[in-house]
Amino acid sequence: MAGFLFRRLLNYLALIAVATSLAYALAATALNPRANYEGRNPPIPPAVVDARLAELNLDDRTPLPERYLRWASGVVRGDFGRTVTGGSVNQDLGRRIGVTLRLITAGLLLGSVTGVLVGAYAAVRQYGPFDRLSTGVSFAVLAVPTVVLANILIIAAVWFNYLVGAHVLLVSGEATPGMPGGFAAQAADRLRHLVLPTLSLSLGLAAVYSRYQRNMMLDVLGADFVRTAMAKGLRRRTALVRHALRTALIPAVTYFAFTFGALLVGTTFTEKIFGWHGMGEQLVNSISANDVNTVAAISCFAALAVLAAALASDLMHAVLDPRVRMGADR
Amino acid sequence: MSVTDEELAEQHEAGDRLGAPSRLRVVAGRFFGSFQGRAGFALLALMFLLAFAGPFLGRWSYTDRDFTAFLAPPSADHWWGTLQTGADVYAVTLRGMRRSLVVGLLAAVVGTTLAAVVGAFAGYFAGWTDRALTWVTDLLLVLPAFLILAVMSPLFASGQWPLFVLVLALFLWMVTSKIVRGVTISLREREFVYAARFMGVRPTTVIFRHILPNMSSLLVVDATLNVSAAILTETSLSYFGFGIQPPDVSLGSLIADGTRTALYAPWTFWFCAGLLVVTVLAVNMVGDSLRDAFDPASGRGRR
Repeated sequence: MAGFLFRRLLNYLALIAVATSLAYALAATALNPRANYEGRNPPIPPAVVDARLAELNLDDRTPLPERYLRWASGVVRGDFGRTVTGGSVNQDLGRRIGVTLRLITAGLLLGSVTGVLVGAYAAVRQYGPFDRLSTGVSFAVLAVPTVVLANILIIAAVWFNYLVGAHVLLVSGEATPGMPGGFAAQAADRLRHLVLPTLSLSLGLAAVYSRYQRNMMLDVLGADFVRTAMAKGLRRRTALVRHALRTALIPAVTYFAFTFGALLVGTTFTEKIFGWHGMGEQLVNSISANDVNTVAAISCFAALAVLAAALASDLMHAVLDPRVRMGADR
Repeated sequence: MSVTDEELAEQHEAGDRLGAPSRLRVVAGRFFGSFQGRAGFALLALMFLLAFAGPFLGRWSYTDRDFTAFLAPPSADHWWGTLQTGADVYAVTLRGMRRSLVVGLLAAVVGTTLAAVVGAFAGYFAGWTDRALTWVTDLLLVLPAFLILAVMSPLFASGQWPLFVLVLALFLWMVTSKIVRGVTISLREREFVYAARFMGVRPTTVIFRHILPNMSSLLVVDATLNVSAAILTETSLSYFGFGIQPPDVSLGSLIADGTRTALYAPWTFWFCAGLLVVTVLAVNMVGDSLRDAFDPASGRGRR
């Protein structure tokens, strides 16, 4: 068992290393940091540009293997190099990961809990009005891409604010800079900023989770152990919640880990449209700014997140499913 | 309906027609028998008709600029209004939809083909072939697709959209390929595959003639659902200017432009966004109904 885990971990590390190196090579070839210095007035002397690029390890005249080695030796020591503006990539991304976490936690929790509840209830009343309604709504929501959904939410919020006659919902940023007042006022301000991005994240997630949970629940409802639970005299509600829902939750929980990993870098649209300065926004910005080192660092982080999520979902599965746990003990 | 009832019904049906009904006819019958299938198919056909025949109805081409009407609301002259540049929304939107539909369809077909070939080879040959192919699959799963596609966007300058389709397909096949590999491993032990092998049929022929046709239903459904995934990825990339490059337009770039003026000129946003949503909805409905139609255990009452 330990040997198997060790081999698996080693394979993960190799995957991360190759994926990050590939992303670096691709970014270093396709992006052109020199373009950032062109078209300035007054023009910057070529020698200055060269010196600056060489200092940042972005000079396209240095052969790619040489640049790669310099970058890789930094990464091994935990230093992802510097951004095009000269700042530390580590510090920049470290700040941004906090923003992303504050953004996705509420959305992910709200979306998955709503989805699971809706899906489970729809399965219990299969082909009832609620089942039909939730199926239709989730189909419609799944067809709306995040870019469209987020913009529709903004339009709706502007209309709502106009209707109420006050700026209740705020559409841009994480908090109002220089907001006066104590903790309560600041918290309220943050909450007003958080409503729309959270909705745009959780609606889609709830749709996915409800479809998923409905199928799982339907599989479990016909199982012998649920019938036994009711046959031994448990009330229907108790049998459904304690026996059916608990078992049907296992796949949803493992899926939760994957969503979390994917969202760490995948909330690009929500962050960009609502003006949150997180990882996803930096992904788009770094490509527009020809920021090779940041692009490579984000790929590394994304790979790490995916594999950590895979590992976490395996572990959670083992914790929740007694069959897996017993199998491991034996 | 219990199993014996179903068997009886099937025998009855077969007896009426003298001979087994063709699989295609059964699947088509079940597909069009469901409301969802009919509605999805009709919507999708309508979208295609609009995208390919619609431009001939309008007076304007997507490159035309009407310098007498900037950001004008819908009228008899411009059915869906005009953009800030004076472009006709009807013409531009249909052009963008055509591009999005073609890109989505091609990317889905290429992606599913790739998934079928890689998965079947990995599952059939096992050993080192399997290990190498699975590792490549995992690697592509770990790479952030959006970032790689965006970094490569300078390569898709105008006119290079087939290359964009290929790269898009490169990031669509991994999960399906894993499923195909699993199915192949179980099919490999079946009698008809053994028979073919012992007759001396070459392994590649076995794969293409005996293994892949036996999972055609899985592949057809997957290709359909990949269409909506490809369309969504394409529009998202184009929204940030990383996909289809100007002067060509796609639904994504139109939505990006439309959001800036959506509040005071709603026609610039709602037509392209609405068409995108309807298209994806139709594709998803068709895919879902196809899955039910292919699955002999689904439909007909409670499970």
